[in-house]
Amino acid sequence: MASLGRLLTATRGRGKLDWTDWASYLYLGLGTLLMLGPVLWLALSSLKSPSGLIEFPPTLLPQEQVRAAVPNYPNPLPLYRITKGDHAGQTLAEVRKIGLQATMVDPAAPETLIRVPIDDRSKIMRLHAAWDNYTDLLKKFDFGRYLWNSVFITTVATIITLLLNSMAAFALSKYKFAGREPVFLMMLATLMIPPTIILVPNYLIAAVLGLTDNPWGVIWPAVATPTGVFLLRQYMLTLPDDLLEAARMDNASEWRIYWRIVLPLSKPALAVLAIFSVMWRWNEFLWPMVVLGRNETFTLPLALNSFQGELTTQWNYLLAMTVVTLVPVTVIFALLQRHITQGIASAGVK
Amino acid sequence: MLSTAARWFGRLYALVMNLPERPMRWAQGHLPDGRLGWLFVGPNLAIFGVFTFLPIVIDFYYAGTGGTNLLPTERPWVGTENFSSLLACKDYFDPNSCVRDQFWYAIWNTSKFVVLQVALMLVFSLTTALVLNRKIIGRGFFRAAFFYPVLLSPVVVALIWKWVLQRDGVLNAALVGGGMQPVEWLLGARSAFGWTVFVSIWAHMGFYTLILLAGLQAIPADIYEAASMDAAPPWRVFRRITLPLLMPSVLVVFVLGLIRAVQIFDEVYVLTGGGPGSATTYLVEFIYNTGFSSQVRQYGLAAAASLLLAGVLLVLTLVQLRGMRGTKGDSRG
Repeated sequence: MASLGRLLTATRGRGKLDWTDWASYLYLGLGTLLMLGPVLWLALSSLKSPSGLIEFPPTLLPQEQVRAAVPNYPNPLPLYRITKGDHAGQTLAEVRKIGLQATMVDPAAPETLIRVPIDDRSKIMRLHAAWDNYTDLLKKFDFGRYLWNSVFITTVATIITLLLNSMAAFALSKYKFAGREPVFLMMLATLMIPPTIILVPNYLIAAVLGLTDNPWGVIWPAVATPTGVFLLRQYMLTLPDDLLEAARMDNASEWRIYWRIVLPLSKPALAVLAIFSVMWRWNEFLWPMVVLGRNETFTLPLALNSFQGELTTQWNYLLAMTVVTLVPVTVIFALLQRHITQGIASAGVK
Repeated sequence: MLSTAARWFGRLYALVMNLPERPMRWAQGHLPDGRLGWLFVGPNLAIFGVFTFLPIVIDFYYAGTGGTNLLPTERPWVGTENFSSLLACKDYFDPNSCVRDQFWYAIWNTSKFVVLQVALMLVFSLTTALVLNRKIIGRGFFRAAFFYPVLLSPVVVALIWKWVLQRDGVLNAALVGGGMQPVEWLLGARSAFGWTVFVSIWAHMGFYTLILLAGLQAIPADIYEAASMDAAPPWRVFRRITLPLLMPSVLVVFVLGLIRAVQIFDEVYVLTGGGPGSATTYLVEFIYNTGFSSQVRQYGLAAAASLLLAGVLLVLTLVQLRGMRGTKGDSRG
């Protein structure tokens, strides 16, 4: 116990928590609540039934009203606890409600009808997760298609990005050829051309190449990332040239040297770029919205955006869909947190 | 199971990567020395050319043409008309007096947004980085918590907050619980604007916190030891040691934040759709609305607005490069 106490109060070597430590923990605690709270709230809400969602004030956990089968009634009836009046403390089932009066029965004695003012009773609730919000996504909406579109674009674009960027980085780091420096500078310069300012001409190019309403229209324009080339080049510069020379002695072709020697050695940098690329493609919004016009070609973010316009009353599905969209990113982050934060801190890119 | 999968993946990888072997070997034998590099750079460069450099040229052409046809050959040349109509204003501070009032609403909204968002984000990410740089139990967890929203899709970010802020949402429930009136947060011009600032800070501050934290951790510990030997008060240590040495990182954060804030679009588009009215219509949304979402697609006008935006970004980038050179000296890595 004593050691635990020491651990908790360990500060900058002064032995005791002073007020700045308390303030720090308070700040971090509130900050964490603000950062993660809304996401958790969304996840909890996505398990509520439509009637649970319009409850105000909302309950923290997803609940539903308990129903009981009562003889003589075909459907199970909702249960209430009576709070005031003659039947206070009893549990009754509602038959019908007219205005401010409810007609109720005792499930044990279903013959006698009892009239109760609706202010004198409260619903009996129990925890209940409405998983059908999720299963319905596949049944009622074309959700599988959007999911597939997103997965396809993310996977294919990432593979192409890794291949093309690493090839370019290989040449820029391991070869001396006329025009190498201008090429490298040109690639760096594209870092400063944000996609937002070339939306119109890119749309024309996509249209001319027949890439509109087509997942390849999202994939191709973004695969030649300057960030990726830069990241990989910096890493490959650190690989010793002797390795390449040794392979050349063994009569290996340059292509073979690239994919048999340099690529495997660049795994750490490739991993960082792969993570970035997955995040970029999975979350991309403006360009897909411009280039993908037909509903069947939508990615998850586009589908979410169009649903939130249409389904204002169907929040239960919208919330479930949002959770499905954020789960892959969350899992990747949970598993690779250290790599991601270190990669970002070192590359200074997002 | 996993090793079988890895073996199959390895085989597939070798199979695919072996395909270019013969043509590349042939090229190696027949190309003059030093040309092989171009074969490796080529594909990447071609895509840059088609989807980045060529578009810039076309952007200028579009900006000089009118009409609603997408095909450049079908577009009439109008010279600088697009620019002059965007810039035609009796009073630049009153968007209603401008020919393109939406553009000027967007300009002023974006200006207000950028100033407020960047300033607040700098304050909060610096505070968070300073706190996280202390000897804190669970530092990794807290750092991850602040960073997590950065990875979320902007659409998801917007929907999370839309759900919190809606009329029967949890924020209003808290207000009612505290005896206050519920508020339609996204229907009032001022509050909607405020929330777009807040949500964009919420979504991005983790990224900047990380850069500042890396900057803080790069400050050598012996400087602090020397300061504590001299019994320097904490405030002076912060002002005389931490802040000056952190300045390069702060500058990077400031300019990156500025460049991104000017281009704000995704979260806001889903959260407020630019409304109410045009209270949260920012520049990129104006470009998108003009070029793509309205019935009459005015590509020329959108391209002209893009080029004006590009001009602003160019200036900001030059400032960044200058600042980085000024603070980092010759330590190019």
